[in-house]
Amino acid sequence: MSVALWVVVPYIALTIFVVGHVWRWRVDQFGWTTRTTQVLESRLLRLGSPLFHLGAFAAIGGHVLGLLVPKSLTEAVGVDEHLYHLVSVSAGTVAGLMVVAGLGLLLARRLTSPRVRRTTTRADKVLFAVIAATIALGMSATVGQNLLGGGYDYRATIAVWFRGVLTFHPDPGLMAGVPLIFQLHALSAWVLAAIWPFTRLVHVWSAPVAYLWRPYVVYRRRAPLGVRR
Amino acid sequence: MRVMAQVAMVMNLDKCIGCHTCSVTCKQTWTNRDGVEYVWFNNVETKPGVGYPKRYEDQDRWHGGWQLDRRGRLKLRAGGRVKRLLNLFSNPDLADLDDYYEPATYDYDTLINAPAGPHTPVIRPKSAITGRDMAITWGANWEDDLGGAPEHAPADPVLAAMAEKVKMEFDKTFMFHLPRICEHCLNPACVAACPSGAMYKREEDGIVLVDQNRCRGWRMCVSSCPYKKVYVNHRTGKAEKCTFCFPRIEAGQPTVCAETCVGRLRYLGLILYDADAVLEAARVPDPRDLLEAQRRVFLDPSDPEVVEAARAAGISEDWIAAAQRSPIYRLAMRYRVALPLHPEYRTLPMVWYIPPLSPVLDAVTGVGADADDPDNVFHAITDLRIPLEYLAGLFSAGDTEVVAGVLMKLSAMRAYMRARTVDGTVAEDLLESVGMTAAEMEELYRLLAIAKYDERYVVPAAHREDAAALSAQADGCSLDGDGGPGMSDFHPAGVTGRRTDGRLGLKIFVRDGGTA
Repeated sequence: MSVALWVVVPYIALTIFVVGHVWRWRVDQFGWTTRTTQVLESRLLRLGSPLFHLGAFAAIGGHVLGLLVPKSLTEAVGVDEHLYHLVSVSAGTVAGLMVVAGLGLLLARRLTSPRVRRTTTRADKVLFAVIAATIALGMSATVGQNLLGGGYDYRATIAVWFRGVLTFHPDPGLMAGVPLIFQLHALSAWVLAAIWPFTRLVHVWSAPVAYLWRPYVVYRRRAPLGVRR
Repeated sequence: MRVMAQVAMVMNLDKCIGCHTCSVTCKQTWTNRDGVEYVWFNNVETKPGVGYPKRYEDQDRWHGGWQLDRRGRLKLRAGGRVKRLLNLFSNPDLADLDDYYEPATYDYDTLINAPAGPHTPVIRPKSAITGRDMAITWGANWEDDLGGAPEHAPADPVLAAMAEKVKMEFDKTFMFHLPRICEHCLNPACVAACPSGAMYKREEDGIVLVDQNRCRGWRMCVSSCPYKKVYVNHRTGKAEKCTFCFPRIEAGQPTVCAETCVGRLRYLGLILYDADAVLEAARVPDPRDLLEAQRRVFLDPSDPEVVEAARAAGISEDWIAAAQRSPIYRLAMRYRVALPLHPEYRTLPMVWYIPPLSPVLDAVTGVGADADDPDNVFHAITDLRIPLEYLAGLFSAGDTEVVAGVLMKLSAMRAYMRARTVDGTVAEDLLESVGMTAAEMEELYRLLAIAKYDERYVVPAAHREDAAALSAQADGCSLDGDGGPGMSDFHPAGVTGRRTDGRLGLKIFVRDGGTA
């Protein structure tokens, strides 16, 4: 059971994530978009979308710091557990609140604006459910366990297991004693990874950073007709 | 000098009767699909009026086009690159559907399906977006022929910017129609604003297009185009715009809007220009110098030096010959009667307009004078500040001299030809007043009044060496088009093949001689 949850599930999800992205990129360039709906409704989006996105950037940064950077490294540069806990819980709570508020507004917009509602696809509905569950679980872990509760040092268990999965040395034993709320958050995140390539989330990989140094006006020669780029 | 060729258009506004045939045929061809119900690549506005989308000319609100920063450098009006990337999550300059209009359809089925009853069934307007009942309160040409002008027209940004206030009273006003398509600018703000690099200007003919496979739906082009001629397809979440009917242009045919124009007021032709001079022209300090700056970018196609440079740049002989016959070059450069729309946006637009004389003639007739007497018209052009100032706000960044000069030429041409045909005299004084020779005047007249199809549309076809590629276009499944049911481009290998008649079919129906 432990192996199924903490080894098999992650690798199935990662496989779908990688293969799914390759497939989608090759087959569906036309569908690879943010699916913007701002022309249909802009009032709620004006607040909700920046809140959600900026909060998500902070949350992702926090996860990179917490999961990928080994505890020994932060301690080596003089950050003890207490200081780390203080920073991660406070910053994590702020980021989490931004994401929750943003997602709440975006969900409300999708439900209350008939125009936006009509454009919502099945993939969107699944995505909203999974992302909302992941965020809710993550928030209750951060706020419930680490802020209000006694605190849980996930860097000793979850982070080590997660790095093990990425380096192909998974140790399911590390996850055995982890509090349920963290376990559920991790599992929902794998589900999110598995549906990622089939949703509008693919737009994340097209973040237009190259725009910063591109020449303003793009010229292109006419492609030989019939040849698809 | 780096010579490039551009397919450009001129519209003669005096001939536009506002019949919307261009809009309708364009819509039938390009935007009769879901997601672009509200989109008109070609629309016809009545001016004065707020236009489509509402008040699109108010760049203090929409931040479209370019401006100069304090150090005189060209910058998108919406801000620098970093600022605009930060606005990616919510674009503060984006017009929303209500700024265009909510498209409607009707529940026509009711007429057939309604149960028998004492009353005739009626159809009700339904939103094409949500399917719900709706009240139709605006449309793409809501102000047609000044409909509702007393209430709406004062909001026209060009009118509002005028020093002299215009009373939109029926008997004191003037009007004309303004057909608009994408300007296919030399310095396109939409292309510059596209974060993904999906928008581009074609090197061969200057047509500005959106690569549907590379557009990621960041919608920056939509707000940065000051003419609001890039649109969001709300179904696909991607940008779409006027294509200048490139498949027709490549085949040497005029665009659909030009082909179907009832008034025959559109001209199509090539302009050769110096690509190296574009940026310099777009950043002249005074907006009123932009017109002449853009004219300096255009190259004289009969100048041997230009021809030599064009050959060196790989422009073929038939294209150079077409550029020499170009009606656009003659109207914009030789006779200088065509003017760009809103040059102050600094995009160097390539769809130009011959300003209408009719507002002035209307005013002359309005005061009971004879509009055929050139003296009356000349005086009216200089005395009637209102129409002149308004036209200058559209076509010359507010420089009334420029517009007055063009109107003088047009009215001199009328009077000259009238004298010539009615009593056979050559009105030397009229020629002198506008600095033209008799031959030039008659050529201008011929071009504006009786030019035939092949004189109005001088469009060289795509090169012969591309012909093989053209036929290869038929290779794809026609349903693979953007928004088409087969748009995923996914056809299982080995299942489909090419039939002997060239069509694509299931392999089991492909006989010998076809290719799998």
